[in-house]
Amino acid sequence: MGLPDILFYVLAAMTLLCGVLVVANPFSRNPVTSAMFLVLTIISMAGLFVLLNAFFLAAVQVLVYAGAVMVLFLFVIMLLDLKEEERRKVKKLGLIAGLVSVGAIVAIFVRSLLATMPGKDLPAPTRVGDTATLGKMLFTNYLLPFEIVSILLLVAMVGVILLSKKDLK
Amino acid sequence: MNVGLEHYLVVSALLFALGLLGVITRRNLIVIYMSLELMLNSANLALVSFSRFNDNLNGQVMVFFIITVAAAEVAVGLALIVALYRKRQSAHVEDLTSMKY
Repeated sequence: MGLPDILFYVLAAMTLLCGVLVVANPFSRNPVTSAMFLVLTIISMAGLFVLLNAFFLAAVQVLVYAGAVMVLFLFVIMLLDLKEEERRKVKKLGLIAGLVSVGAIVAIFVRSLLATMPGKDLPAPTRVGDTATLGKMLFTNYLLPFEIVSILLLVAMVGVILLSKKDLK
Repeated sequence: MNVGLEHYLVVSALLFALGLLGVITRRNLIVIYMSLELMLNSANLALVSFSRFNDNLNGQVMVFFIITVAAAEVAVGLALIVALYRKRQSAHVEDLTSMKY
C-alpha cells in the first residue's frame, strides 16, 4: 500500500467524519458548528480531488466552496441570529423515516456497485488531469455552456438583489 | 487492495446518504441547505473519479459547471431564506405552513 492509498483512506475518513458532524453533531446543534465542519469536509474533499489528479477543481473547490459559499452561509447565520433554534428536538417519526429511506438508498448503491464493479476492467489511468487541457476543452467543446453559465450567474445576481430589497413589489 | 474507482464511489455514496439524511431529519433551513451542498459535493466526487479512471476530462468540465450552478443556487436560496425570515421571524421548516392548510 503506497502513500496515495494511505492518503486516500485518511482523506476519505476525514470527509465522512466531518460530513457526519455537519448533519448530526452530538455536542452542538448550533448552525455555526455545522458550517465549520462543512468547511472541513470540503477541504478534505479537495484533497481527494488532488489524489484524482484534478488539480484545477481542487483549487476551485477551496476557493468557491470553502471561500465564497461558506462565507455566505456564515454571514446569513450571523445575520439571522439563530440561537433559539437550538432547543427544539428532532421528531422520532421523522428520524426513523429518514434512517429507513437513507438505508434503503445506501443498500441500492452498494448492491449495484458490487454487482457491476465498474472499475474492474478499466485500463490503468494514464492521462494527468492538467489544467491546460481542461481550459482548452472549456473554451472549445464547451464554449456555449460556458457562456450560458455566465448568463445564469448574472440572472442569479439580479434575482438576489431583487429578493433582498426591503419592500418586494 | 489498491484504491480504485469503487472506493471513491463508496465514499461518494455514503456522503450522498449523509446529505439526504440531513435534508430529511434536520428542521433548520440553513442546515438543510448545507446538507444539500453535501449531496452536490458527493456527486462531484463521483464525477471526478469517473473522469479519472476513464481517462476522460469531460467529467471534470461537468464538475466545473456544477460548482458554478451550486454557487448561484446558494446565493438565491440564502436570499430567499433571509426574505422569509424578515416576514416570519423564523428559519424553521415547521413554522412555514401557509401552503399546507
